[in-house]
Amino acid sequence: MQLKVDELRTDIGLFKNLEITVGRVYEEAWSEKIGPTPFPSVVDLREWDLRLLERYKPFYMPFCDLCCLCTMGKCDLTKQKRGACGLDMAGQQSRIVLIAACIGASTHTAHARHLVEHLIGKYGRDHPIDMGQNVQVEAPIIRTVCGIRPKALGDLEDVLDYIESQMTQLLAATHTGQEASNVDFESKVLHAGMLDHTAMEVADIAQISSMGLPKADPDAPLAEIGFGSVDISKPTILVIGHNVVPAGAIMDYIDSQKLYGQTEVAGICCTAHDLTRYNPKAKIVGPLSWQLRFIRSGLPDLIVLDEQCIRTDTVIEAQKIKAPVIVTSDKNCAGLANRTADDVEQIVADLVSGKTPGVLILNPEKAGEAAVRAARDVAPKRRKFKSIPNQEEISAIAKKCSGCGECRRACPNDLLIPEAMAQAAKGNSTPLSELLTDCIGCARCESACPNGIAVHSLIVSSAGKSLSQERYKIRVGRGGIQDVEIRNVGSPIVLGEIPGVVAFVGCSNYPHGGREIVEMAEEFIKRRFIVTSSGCAAMSVAMHTNEEGKNIYEAYPGAFDAGCFSNVGSCVANSHIAGAAIKIASIFAKRSLRGNYEEIADYVLNRVGAVGVAWGAMSQKAASIASGCWRLGVPVVVGPHGMKYRRMLLGRKDRADDWYVYDARTGNKTYVGPAPEHLFYAAETKEEAMVMIAKLCMRPNDTSKGRAIKLTHYIDLHKRLFSTLPDDIHLFVRRATDIPITMKAEIEQVLAQKGWKEQDIPDPTLLSRLIRGRKE
Amino acid sequence: MMKQPEPWQTAEIPGPAKALVISKPEVIVGIIRSAKRPVLVVGPQSADRKVGNEKQIDQLIRIAEAGGIPIVATSRTVAEFSERNYKPVSWMPAVDIANRLRDPEWTGAEEKGQHDLAILTGMQYHVEWLLLSGLKHFGGKLKTISLDRFYQPHASWSFPNISQEEWEQSLAAIQNGLRRSS
Repeated sequence: MQLKVDELRTDIGLFKNLEITVGRVYEEAWSEKIGPTPFPSVVDLREWDLRLLERYKPFYMPFCDLCCLCTMGKCDLTKQKRGACGLDMAGQQSRIVLIAACIGASTHTAHARHLVEHLIGKYGRDHPIDMGQNVQVEAPIIRTVCGIRPKALGDLEDVLDYIESQMTQLLAATHTGQEASNVDFESKVLHAGMLDHTAMEVADIAQISSMGLPKADPDAPLAEIGFGSVDISKPTILVIGHNVVPAGAIMDYIDSQKLYGQTEVAGICCTAHDLTRYNPKAKIVGPLSWQLRFIRSGLPDLIVLDEQCIRTDTVIEAQKIKAPVIVTSDKNCAGLANRTADDVEQIVADLVSGKTPGVLILNPEKAGEAAVRAARDVAPKRRKFKSIPNQEEISAIAKKCSGCGECRRACPNDLLIPEAMAQAAKGNSTPLSELLTDCIGCARCESACPNGIAVHSLIVSSAGKSLSQERYKIRVGRGGIQDVEIRNVGSPIVLGEIPGVVAFVGCSNYPHGGREIVEMAEEFIKRRFIVTSSGCAAMSVAMHTNEEGKNIYEAYPGAFDAGCFSNVGSCVANSHIAGAAIKIASIFAKRSLRGNYEEIADYVLNRVGAVGVAWGAMSQKAASIASGCWRLGVPVVVGPHGMKYRRMLLGRKDRADDWYVYDARTGNKTYVGPAPEHLFYAAETKEEAMVMIAKLCMRPNDTSKGRAIKLTHYIDLHKRLFSTLPDDIHLFVRRATDIPITMKAEIEQVLAQKGWKEQDIPDPTLLSRLIRGRKE
Repeated sequence: MMKQPEPWQTAEIPGPAKALVISKPEVIVGIIRSAKRPVLVVGPQSADRKVGNEKQIDQLIRIAEAGGIPIVATSRTVAEFSERNYKPVSWMPAVDIANRLRDPEWTGAEEKGQHDLAILTGMQYHVEWLLLSGLKHFGGKLKTISLDRFYQPHASWSFPNISQEEWEQSLAAIQNGLRRSS
């Protein structure tokens, strides 16, 4: 709190220009004026949320008719009945969405807290934040949300204190007999998402500044990815999870002992991303759905787990291949004894002898040393012992299949397992092997099988040859986007001349394997959109090559620019994608970021044609990341499994009243068309997604030239993939000059049929306070 | 395969309100005939699923024509209709048509008024399952039918899990029944 008094007369004297500040004093040297909402509370941005939710209304698709959260239940909420606490189905569904968003955001926050504490312990609170030479706007989200510029690691603790206090408020709202309105639950979902983005930024700038990860480097080095990239002739350590600290300690120990070339370290999921950012000599096996197939193939000699998205039966699976496990996170102790205080020598002896299937070690350096030493001692003993059958055994096992179909009924992708099994029983394992491409690696088929057939293992075994040939390159996560890159693309994005920014992010719960991501990404790269990625999606795109044998990382530059493809890094690096949108407002448009979230979100919604695509979104973290995008005005497209988030945020293009904005120049309310039409939307097919991505890139601020370019892509994709013209062209053409020249005749015909009239192109805003020439 | 009113995907247990099982195709004909404004919502898998020597989408066109039912195509299905020289009254994402169907003020796919019966088919099982759930809870007086082979518990009426043969016979009977009653 700050109090300023021009003149104060008291008994003890006269005070002039008196300023009293209570609480932590943040920097005074920043020329940006403090905005209206530094460190916003749960309700400070509620008005903005309600504006969004009025246009993009929630559509709920409950998993079941019940609420089971308290002992007054179960309560039947069918068709808007109310439960014992008074809540109806809309309220309950929005509560579930908020719980999911809180889980996701708290996971990133806990990850960030661990990283910051660890790095402060190692480098000190004053260790500087350094995001790279060409990065002045080092923390765009923190600046916008918190109103501070973090200079050192210690400043990040203050940001985390704020996030943690807010998360507590949000989670409290989900208790029985608290929040009553579904719209207010949804507002809190958006708050959780914004906090999540802030926490992700804390985590990534902490590790970039302290651990030597690439600093906004479009030419970050290439690393190897794929089953076949791992040299299994060496003792092999598999790291799984998201927190790079223990895996980094493994690499450090290998380095200190000069064991490079003698020990292999490979990772799955975001730990793998960040490990290759830390040291590109590490390998990436693949996205999270590769866990079971790699472990059962017997390739790792030792497994190190940290946190998030790890199969919780890893210790059981590891025992099947006689590989010991080290768990390293207080979030996942896996029922193992805490050996943090024990001597490394004894821990290694117990792991190697098999006296214990695994240990918990919460000291990363100790975990790193124990992992390397145990892996090297275990490897000669287990000789890559695997738990999948040999090719010769497949047919005999498949003959046990009774064809009951329970495996198919348990499969999220409805794979035709019984038919493939019948073929395998006859000696033809090809159909079984072909299932692996679309398999998400959940192994529900095995749990469902009444005959105890290890279905997933059979699939992996039958596809063994193609798996071993998986060997590709991936450009390691570059980190943030340089200010100079934003300067170059800011104007063409805002004016619409670069048709959009498309970010392929999220998990690997794909409906038809990772190849659809490649197809979509390449389509938009060739159309000269800015295409970027992170997380498991950034891995999946690496695992397919074109006719020339090049994958996407080899075929396209890694800049944040039209026609390029960049990988920012792991989940927490998603913050750089949202950050890039914010930096456009700051660097190109000179908007003040400092505690000014609402204005910046209004800017992004109306001017920055960015779309997130989480084709295989699976987790609660993906839900909270998406929630942060929505509040910032960035629409998110998910694949068909994303419908299981149970709530969409859908605009209604047929309701003209929903699509008016203020013209900041005059205050006039102006119709701008449904741009962007939705905030959260699930597509059934990749074709549908591609058409919608192009459409969602349109923004009210597009110039005529920009709108014509965007319309060209939307109409062209629609015609190619849907074999017809879109039926809503007239909603997106504001002036005759918006019409793409090459499509003029057919579009003019459509416009004439629809009785179209020219409209103004405003300086768009949803915020009346931003009107310069006020009329109301 | 057992004829039982269980969800096709084993874990998708809905709760107290479950779809009535379509025991005879004639029941569906009667429901469609008694509806004021039915709509047939067709998803992309209808072009992949075999029905006899053709695809399900081919038969759906005949069902729609026999019953005078407007078709809304979801996702890329409009291209499949186009290949067959058939123009649905509308095409839009699956979540959009469901979102409109639950709105009492929507003027319907033909702009003649909100529909009172939505017949869904041709989508991935879980997609249809979730859309039907949204409509069950928030669709007001709207009734829904699933024409898929597998039990959709959130619909008002659904086939149980039936064999391919039974399904084909049922679809043919619906088509014939609508034609006879037109």
